[in-house]
Amino acid sequence: MNETTKTPSETLVEISLNDKKISAPAGSTILDVCKQADIETPTLCWAENLTPVNACRVCVVEVEGSRALVPSCSRPIEEGMVVSTDSERVNTSRRMVLELLASSVELDRADKEILEWIIHYGSNPDRMGNSNEIKTSKQPVKIQDDLYVRDYERCILCYKCVEACGEEAQHTFAITTAGRGFEAHISTEFDIELPDSACVYCGNCIGVCPTGALVFKTEHDMREDNSWNPDEQTITETVCGFCGVGCNLELHTQDEKIVKVTSPADHSVTEGHLCIKGRFGWQHAQPKN
Amino acid sequence: MPDIKFGTSLPSLNEKEAVDEVVESHGPVTIEVSERLVYGGKQRQKERRHLLLPALHALQRASGWISPGGLDYACRILEVPPAEAYGVATFYHLFSDQPPNGDQILHVCNDIACGLNEADDLIDGLKKEGYETKSSPCLGQCERGSAVFVQRVASDDSVLFDTDPKEFQKSLTKSSEKELIKLPQAGSDHLRLLSRIGIVDPNSLEEYRSLGGYEALVKALEIGDEQIIEEVTKSGLRGRGGAAFPTGIKWKAVAEEKRRVHHLVCNADESEPGTFKDRILMENDPFALIESMTIAALAVGAEKGWFYIRGEYPLAKQRLIQAIEKAEKSGLLGEDILGSGRKFDIELRSGAGAYICGEETALFNSIEGFRGEPRNKPPFPTTNGLFNEPTVVNNVETLANIPRIILNGGEAYASEGTDQSSGTRLFCLSGRVALPGLYEFEFGATLAEVLDAAGGFSGSGNLKTILLGGAAGSFVTPESINLPLTFEDTRNAGVSLGSGVIMPFSDEDDLTKTVLRIAEFFRDESCGQCVPCRVGTVRQEELLIRAADKQSFNTDISLFDDLATVMSDASICGLGHTAASAVRSALNLGLMETK
Amino acid sequence: MFGVGGGTSSYKEIEEADAIILWGSNARAAHPIFFHHLLKGLSNGAKMWTVDPRRTDSAKFADVWLGINVGSDIALANGIAREIIDAGLENKKFIKNATSGYEDFVSHIEPWTLAKTSKITGVPAEAIRDLAHFYAKAEKAQIAWTLGITEHHTAVDNVLTLCNLSLLTGHVGRWGSGLVPLRGQNNVQGGGDMGALPNKLAGFQNVDDEKIRSKFETVWDCKIPPEPGWHLTEMFEAMEREELKALYVIGENPADSDADVNHARKVLEGLEILVVQDVFMTRTAQMADVVLPAALGWAESDGTVTNSERRVQRTRAAIKPPGDARQEIEIISDLAKHLGDNSWGQPTAEELWEELRTVSPMHAGMSWERIENEGGIQWPCPDENHPGSPFLHDRLWKQPAEGRLAPFSCVEDRPPVESLDEKYPLRLTTGRVLDSYNTGVQTGNYESPIRSGEALELSSFDAKKLDVSSGERVLVSSRRGSIEMTVEVDSDLPVGLAFATFHFPELADVNQLTNSAYDPKSGTAEFKATAIRVEKLVNA
Repeated sequence: MNETTKTPSETLVEISLNDKKISAPAGSTILDVCKQADIETPTLCWAENLTPVNACRVCVVEVEGSRALVPSCSRPIEEGMVVSTDSERVNTSRRMVLELLASSVELDRADKEILEWIIHYGSNPDRMGNSNEIKTSKQPVKIQDDLYVRDYERCILCYKCVEACGEEAQHTFAITTAGRGFEAHISTEFDIELPDSACVYCGNCIGVCPTGALVFKTEHDMREDNSWNPDEQTITETVCGFCGVGCNLELHTQDEKIVKVTSPADHSVTEGHLCIKGRFGWQHAQPKN
Repeated sequence: MPDIKFGTSLPSLNEKEAVDEVVESHGPVTIEVSERLVYGGKQRQKERRHLLLPALHALQRASGWISPGGLDYACRILEVPPAEAYGVATFYHLFSDQPPNGDQILHVCNDIACGLNEADDLIDGLKKEGYETKSSPCLGQCERGSAVFVQRVASDDSVLFDTDPKEFQKSLTKSSEKELIKLPQAGSDHLRLLSRIGIVDPNSLEEYRSLGGYEALVKALEIGDEQIIEEVTKSGLRGRGGAAFPTGIKWKAVAEEKRRVHHLVCNADESEPGTFKDRILMENDPFALIESMTIAALAVGAEKGWFYIRGEYPLAKQRLIQAIEKAEKSGLLGEDILGSGRKFDIELRSGAGAYICGEETALFNSIEGFRGEPRNKPPFPTTNGLFNEPTVVNNVETLANIPRIILNGGEAYASEGTDQSSGTRLFCLSGRVALPGLYEFEFGATLAEVLDAAGGFSGSGNLKTILLGGAAGSFVTPESINLPLTFEDTRNAGVSLGSGVIMPFSDEDDLTKTVLRIAEFFRDESCGQCVPCRVGTVRQEELLIRAADKQSFNTDISLFDDLATVMSDASICGLGHTAASAVRSALNLGLMETK
Repeated sequence: MFGVGGGTSSYKEIEEADAIILWGSNARAAHPIFFHHLLKGLSNGAKMWTVDPRRTDSAKFADVWLGINVGSDIALANGIAREIIDAGLENKKFIKNATSGYEDFVSHIEPWTLAKTSKITGVPAEAIRDLAHFYAKAEKAQIAWTLGITEHHTAVDNVLTLCNLSLLTGHVGRWGSGLVPLRGQNNVQGGGDMGALPNKLAGFQNVDDEKIRSKFETVWDCKIPPEPGWHLTEMFEAMEREELKALYVIGENPADSDADVNHARKVLEGLEILVVQDVFMTRTAQMADVVLPAALGWAESDGTVTNSERRVQRTRAAIKPPGDARQEIEIISDLAKHLGDNSWGQPTAEELWEELRTVSPMHAGMSWERIENEGGIQWPCPDENHPGSPFLHDRLWKQPAEGRLAPFSCVEDRPPVESLDEKYPLRLTTGRVLDSYNTGVQTGNYESPIRSGEALELSSFDAKKLDVSSGERVLVSSRRGSIEMTVEVDSDLPVGLAFATFHFPELADVNQLTNSAYDPKSGTAEFKATAIRVEKLVNA
């Protein structure tokens, strides 16, 4: 069951968070409580509009009585739980998770906060060895149509795209995690090209990707010719002009042009997800020719 | 269920028949009653998804790989999106998404024990003879060494050991499993779990019954469900799979769950390097496990039983299947067990080469037809287990204790062993011992006593170290020889009994190679789901390779510590938690410093 | 429904329903994001039946798909209703408390035995029985529909018959139970809200009600004619009679989108003056005497739209309109000036909205600021402290029910206007696909990797009978015209049914075939039921 469909519980649960007592509705996760207490918690695989898969482990916290650290994104709070988010163990694991990822994946196009966390936790990916003597996910970029670019050397395997394509939103199941261990990767069946796959180009995978592994072709092309400039972009909320559902769109514009379309994850109509028309149908506003 | 897009490749006739046979009993998801009325839907799809794993086995067997046409056909029948099915297929080492070169693939074990047995020479020899050969993680044949698991197109899998590459094809056709096994402790009065091994004909229900088999089930039906749990609780029995959780508590939790259906899963995915105890129980006393599961099912109110056995145990699988069939025919399983009105069925599911599927939640995903990735806990299996329903998972050895507890009572059982470790324990001895094999001791026996029983250290050189508990365990020095092998003593000593592996090494053995093989094992077996384990196991192995090249294991110790910490602290499951354990102990003991 | 011009439920309710009937809707393709909510419902354990002549992508998610004959919806609903009553599954308390006309209804549907219903609909009697029980026994049930219900000459009756089912079972007026008409276009609901209906003023207020008119007249300082105007189809009839001589078309492309489009084009050509205000040079615009280039509503203009759950939401200008294109408010206000009324000035969208609030009670509580801050508000919202209305008609559950009782409607089964015969033996029904929209004006411009292009989909049986396979060209004829099309064999189509989209008029002008017979109550043409003949074209 998706979290957003639940109505918040009336019952309050009290926990100790970094030695302070705090109450939150039953069913809240530790992460929810951290947010409530303004404690910044790094997350990679968590998203507001997806059920937590707790695969990245960067949000771990220490819970008294638990031998291993606990993923805050998915663990519901219990009465009397004693949580610390800033212990040496927590910081070591967060530092290492980011360090391990940064040593194997290109993160230069990742969400800004990811790069900030790497600095904040003092991750030093270089000590894993020279990039030519350690395994990385280096590979050619996949461009197989006019809408998507899949640049899997930037993929941290957060599973968000698979979830958004599958059970959590679109139910198209065009992509999956294939292989195992370090060779695990996002793929279509037998790695067939995307236009031959089940993909319906809703772009919801791109909408949830945190590292720039999945981007719209418009963004990719602009990045390649160095014209992509998020600081110069404006986001305008409006409503899709196609069917009668009334999906909320965020139009990202740069130099009076739409360069990307997203949807707010916290809106009850879309919960951040769109269809191909909402995501790409805007091109009639600025025809290429 | 959904508007799935299928491929255009077609299955071969063999592939089609193989899939049809698997799904026959359940029928397809979509039923076209007429041109105007079609039944389908998510529920019907969900109910059939667990047939994906057997369907993949059937395809692999039919044509030696999972072909696009074959996969697509299975997907059409089961209405599984092809991408998802592909993700599942590529999760397992025994499935290939590439066509085979010939009609057989040899998986040659070069893991810790077989590695001491010149496995690499065997691989080279077989390759030279032109066989398609892959190196394999432990095949659970450690007491007899150099094992080869053979997958053949359109033919049953088999396991061979101690073969000469030149004679390989000949030994393949020769059946070697007819004779009864000879245990090193054969004839000893102290045997409990092993008392019938090597004596009873594993294919004969009559013989099993004549040796006391099914008396416990009769008694269990008499004393009733609550009393069964009471006796198991009193016995102090704790899980033998590694976590040592009290069995009675687990059973009680599921018995009290109001949600139906309840499941009972026997975890027979024995894959810990150096471990072969469950295989010997399954191959040689299969009815005992069926009986044990039936008693457990009664106690916890499980309508449905699942036997999840690793794919590399073809003989055990075959013997269990015949045991289940015979038990069904004799009213010992099925709709009305021994006329009690109680029902219980067992479905056997075979793994396909994934150590991680021994982790209970990964095992659930595997049975359910998903990638064998562990789930986060809590919630625990007792409330959200197989198919998200209340589930008891017990290891083979744990379950094998049940009949004796029922027959003699929990107290009698608890009188053996120590306070915190009641009963007996199986130990898998391999490596540098005179008489490798499976041993049973009352808890409390020391490492020295167990080693002595196996004829002590054997081989050239001197005893250098002993690996306790398998790849997820740790190395100890000969100074630990008087350690009592109980849960509490090992825990206090900072080591673990794990799956009962005891593997001595000589100071002439290449321990660097052994430790690297352990690191390789975890890198290879990591499911890839969480970052600490997926990348951590790779970096750990790289670091050890670099150190081995430099012949110095001191330089990067802080990096190693960080890797070990993040894997042990932040991984999702036990695989990551223990992936640095044996390596860390080897580094601490300086096992790789000089050679 | 029941006196209100909008669906009863919020999208999120379907996530909590335990029974869903998708009736004449391929929401998977046509309303994908609503379908996400529906899918959540299925994931949460809901069961779904789809009623649709085609086994659409949506139907493939259903537990049961019922492929009724095109245009037999009323028959099916009457049969279901009779079975519900026959089995004693009707909600007696609710009927007594909240409805009127029940006795008449019971006798009206008396002839609709399962056997008769089965004969008319073409689906097995047991399935009809099962569907009746499925819906009636559910705790929370939703019926959602789209143009499969409304693009018939019985459009309004089709809707009324679904309303009957909800009244019979009490599946309305409660969270999770309701009636969900999915609007085909983005602001169909909003157009209605604003009074773009021949008989209504803003807020669905009757134009023939003098009190209402005088309220508007005071605010607008003008006289409002009391007679209802024409709806689209009546306008075309008036043009044909040469009674209507000048037409001002805003954002519509009737020269491509109307049924029996050859006829529509002829009529448009006969106008004395045609003014088209659009963002594209559509086929209609190309016929126009005057073209007024307009800004895009959703990306170049500020304003509001209302969606299918009655949620009024803001659109905002993100980019500037190109060239001479202007804001539509500016164009219309200027037009007023040129017509001699200087009082309009140049109002902003916000000013117009604030004026609307003063005349439309259902919008009265929605200040511009609130719409901004709350991510939209669902009407009715009578005052600023009112949170908006996620669902309608909870009044029917009050004891006693408040307001007017909800009436049962006795509606007759009437088959499609155009029957099949030897000359036109196949039934053509039209619909949408996922990546395209209407006449393709807005979707022709992006490079969709999944674009299927135009095709006439035929069942395997009919394709075989006609000796055609996918990719071959055929001549498709109806009583109104003939066009060439490419065949696509769809093994999911029942025998006798053909399907085409209308997204690619430049490739296949499908609306040359469709029937302009329409529902006198709504003016909607019967796009869903055309009789056609298909002939194989042999390469010369």
